Amino acid sequence: MRTAIALAVLVLAGTGGDIAVAHAMKRLGELHSFAPAVILRFLGRAFREGWMWMGIAQMALAFCSLLALLSWEAVSFVVPAAALSYVTGALGGKYFLGEQLTPLRWTGIGLVSIGVALVCLG
Amino acid sequence: MTPPKISIIKTSILVTLLVVFSSAGNLFFSIGMKRIGALQGWSMAALHSAFAAIFTSAWIWLGIVSMLLFLAALMLVLSWADFSYVLPATAFMYAVIPLVGHFVLGENVTGVRWIGVALICLGVVFVGRTPPNTTKKG
Repeated sequence: MRTAIALAVLVLAGTGGDIAVAHAMKRLGELHSFAPAVILRFLGRAFREGWMWMGIAQMALAFCSLLALLSWEAVSFVVPAAALSYVTGALGGKYFLGEQLTPLRWTGIGLVSIGVALVCLG
Repeated sequence: MTPPKISIIKTSILVTLLVVFSSAGNLFFSIGMKRIGALQGWSMAALHSAFAAIFTSAWIWLGIVSMLLFLAALMLVLSWADFSYVLPATAFMYAVIPLVGHFVLGENVTGVRWIGVALICLGVVFVGRTPPNTTKKG
């Protein structure tokens, strides 16, 4: 039971955190220069976004779940089970970020999810 | 908007960095937690003991630094690329690890794992053939 709860927290909080960070970065707009000073200023602006901190809080929660899971279960179980986050992430991208998921992208995401599970179970 | 070709090149560079930092971070966390051992209950004393063990582990700190670099690279790439494009592309690390294990370390890789590697590579190719940004922002 504790493993199922921790896994649900890992997948949902991890996806929620990534979506919130993605939303924060989209609000800032595209980075065009890779000069170190520009990157640091850009990251500094990102940390003034509320969505960024909501994302980091959820990522921290997912991180705690990951550490707990790794201490209880084999990594060969944890990682394939967490591959579910590729699907939840795609759904989050579509419904929260307005991304267009073509059949080709869905097929790719499906293959990646199955592939990750096979690699870790094999 | 950055021209598509430049956008794909810089997306590829950032995704490669994501794969490297994420692989290193997961490896360091896994080593660190296995050395610390299973968490013993949820009492305050047990949690205090677990936190002390976790945050005094050099492996865990190496993992944290790797993951902070991963977060910085993720933030940068998400400023222009779709999340649903970046996420599956980072899964390439699950294909890289068995390949390195087999060809560099001489490890035995099972048939099922090779099928998994092939599916991941195919999936990443499929996702890579879609435009990195479909929201037309940034």
